[in-house]
Amino acid sequence: MPGHSYDAEKYWKANLRLIFGSLIVWALVSYGFGIVLRPMLSGIPIGGTDLGFWFAQQGSILTFIGLIFHYAWRMNRLDKQFGVDEE
Amino acid sequence: MSQFAINIMFVGGSFLIYILIAVWAKAGSTKDFYVAGGGVHPITNGMAIGADWMSAASFISMAGIIAASGYASSAYLMGWTGGYVLLAMLLAPYLRKFGKFTVPEFIGDRFYSKQARLVAVICLIVASLTYVIGQMAGAGVAFSRFLEVDSTTGLMIAAVVIFIYSVLGGMKGITYTQVAQYIVLIIAYTIPAVFISFQLTGNPVPALGLFSTHIDSGMPILDKLNQVITDVGFSEYSADVDSHLNMVLFTLTLMIGTAGLPHVIIRFFTVPKVADARWSAGWALVFIALLYLTAPAVASMARLNLMTTVYPDGTAAEPIRYEDRPQWVKEWEVTGLIKYVDKNEDGRIQMYNDGSDPAAQAFKPQAEARGWEGNELDVNRDIIVLANPEIANLPGWVIGLIAAGGLAAALSTAAGLLLAISSAVSHDLIKGSINPGITDKGELLAARISMAVAIVVATYLGANPPGFAAQVVALAFGIAAASLFPALMMGIFSKRINNTGAIAGMLSGLVFTLSYIFVYKGWFFIPGTANLADVPANWVFGISPLSIGAIGALVNFAVAFAVANATEEPPVEIQELVESVRYPRGAGQAQDH
Repeated sequence: MPGHSYDAEKYWKANLRLIFGSLIVWALVSYGFGIVLRPMLSGIPIGGTDLGFWFAQQGSILTFIGLIFHYAWRMNRLDKQFGVDEE
Repeated sequence: MSQFAINIMFVGGSFLIYILIAVWAKAGSTKDFYVAGGGVHPITNGMAIGADWMSAASFISMAGIIAASGYASSAYLMGWTGGYVLLAMLLAPYLRKFGKFTVPEFIGDRFYSKQARLVAVICLIVASLTYVIGQMAGAGVAFSRFLEVDSTTGLMIAAVVIFIYSVLGGMKGITYTQVAQYIVLIIAYTIPAVFISFQLTGNPVPALGLFSTHIDSGMPILDKLNQVITDVGFSEYSADVDSHLNMVLFTLTLMIGTAGLPHVIIRFFTVPKVADARWSAGWALVFIALLYLTAPAVASMARLNLMTTVYPDGTAAEPIRYEDRPQWVKEWEVTGLIKYVDKNEDGRIQMYNDGSDPAAQAFKPQAEARGWEGNELDVNRDIIVLANPEIANLPGWVIGLIAAGGLAAALSTAAGLLLAISSAVSHDLIKGSINPGITDKGELLAARISMAVAIVVATYLGANPPGFAAQVVALAFGIAAASLFPALMMGIFSKRINNTGAIAGMLSGLVFTLSYIFVYKGWFFIPGTANLADVPANWVFGISPLSIGAIGALVNFAVAFAVANATEEPPVEIQELVESVRYPRGAGQAQDH
C-alpha cells in the first residue's frame, strides 16, 4: 500500500483538485444557471423559453453526466499514473 | 381482445420474467445475498441502479408535479440527478474500496463505535421504511386501476412477487430482476411520450419536442402553453419562483439526500473494482436521464393536451360540454381521481384557476363576467403519466405497457429498499451486536427472515397508509441528507473526525432537521400537534420543511468538526483505514471481515 509516500499524497491532492473543479461546474449549471442566475440569462431565448429554464429542466442533467464520465476517465488515468490502480 | 385482458397479459408476462430470473439467480452465500457476489458489470449495475432509484414517485408522480407547477418543480429534476455527481466523486469509489456489505458497517468501523453503527442503522431503517410505504401504495394504485381488483388485493399480489424474488435471490436476484424492470419501465415511459411529441410538434424525440414548434398554432410549444393557461388565470408555466433561496436549498437537500440513501449506496458494493464504481455512477445517470429528460416534455405536453381537451375551440370560446367528454375522462372518473362538479349548471366543464394567488385574483372579474362559478374539474396529478396514452388515443397495448412499467418502477425500488433494511437488521444488528458468532448459513437465514418481516410490515403500512404518507418523503430525504451523507463524507475526507464528533454531528443534524419538520408538520406527524401552520409566511427565512435537510447537513458538519477538534484524535489504525480507502489498489472483492 502506498500509504504515506510522497506520491500517494500527490495522488490524493490531484483527486481533490479534480473534485473541486467538477463541483464548481456542478453548482454553476444547477444552482447558478438553473436558479439564481436565471434572470440574467432571460435574454437568451431557446425554443419558446429562456436558457435558464433549459438548464433547470435538461441542461444541468446533461452536464452532470458529462462531469461523472470525465471524472471517471481522469481518475482511472491518475490511478495508473500513480500506480495505485487495481491489478 | 379487451383492454383488461391486454393489461393482464403485459403485467402477468413481466412478473413471470422477474420470477424466472430469480430462480436462475438464487443466492447461495451471504455475499451473493448482500452484494450479488461482487461481480456485476458496471453497465448492468448502472441499469439496476436506474430501476432501483426510479420509484413510483419518478415514474408516476414526477411528471404530474411538473405539469402542475412548471419551472418551480425543476428542483426534482436537478435534485434527483445531481446527487449522482456527489456519489461518484465523494462516496461510491471509497466505500467500494472499503469493501464491506452495509452502510452502517462503514460508519461503525470508521468511527470505531458500536453506538455510531446503531445510530446509522436507525437512520437507515426509518428513511427506507418511510420510502417503501410510498412504493407499496403506488403499486396498489396501479393494480386497482389496470387489473380492476381492489388495491389491497393488488398489494398482496405485489408483496408475493417481491417476496419470491428478493427472499430467494437477495441482491443477486434483485440486481438481475431490476435490469429487466428497467427495460420494461423505460420502454413504457418513452413510447407514449414519443407518440405525443410527434403528434404535437412533429419531433419524435420528446426532449427536443419540448423546445419545438407546436404544429397547430405555429408557436413554440412552451409559448403556446403559457398563453393557454394564463388565459384562464393560471400563472405562467415558465414563471420564476418567489424564493431562490428556498429552491436552492430544496434542490440541495434532494441531491445530498439522494447521495446518502443507503439503498442506492449499497449498489456500488456489487461491482468488481473501484474504477467500476465510478463508471457505474455515470451509467446509472445515463439510464436515469433517459426518463428524466423525457419527463418535463411529458409534463408540458400532457398539460397542453388536457387544456385542449377542455377548451377544444380555444380559451376564448366556451369549454366542452360534459356529455361530450372523451372516454378516458369517463374511465378515470370511476376511480375518483378525476372529479367534475357542475357549479354553474350550464352542462359545460369550466376548468380555471379559482385560487387565492395574484394570477387567480386578476382573472376573477373575467370569470365572473363569463358566468363561471368556480373551477369544476379536479384532476389528480398522479394520473398524468398513467392516463397519457389514453389522452393521446394510443392503442390498447400501450396502456398495458404503462401498467407493467408503473409496477416495475414501484416493485424494483421496493425490493432495493427492503434489501437495505434486511441487511441492516441481519448484518449490523444480529451479526454486529447481538450474535457475532453466527455462521454464514445462519446469517443468510436471518437475512431472509428479516426480509420477509420487512415485506409484511411494508405491505401492512401500504394497505393502511398512515395519514402522513405524502409528507414522509421529506422525512426520508431529510434524514439521509442530515445524518448519513455528512458522516460518510467526513469519514473519507477527514482523518481528524473521531467517534465522539461523528455521533454528536449525526445526532444534532438529525434532531435539528426532525424538529424543523415536526414544528410545521406536527410532532411525529400526529395531527394537531404542529406549532406553526405550514405556509411560507411562517417559514424561517422562507425555508420550507422540505428544504431543511441541507441546513441539517451543515449543522452536522459544523458540530462534528467542533466536537472532534475539542477531543482526542482517532487512533493510528483508524487514520490508516482512512488512508487505505483513498487508494484503489488492493480492493479485492467485498469482504465479510
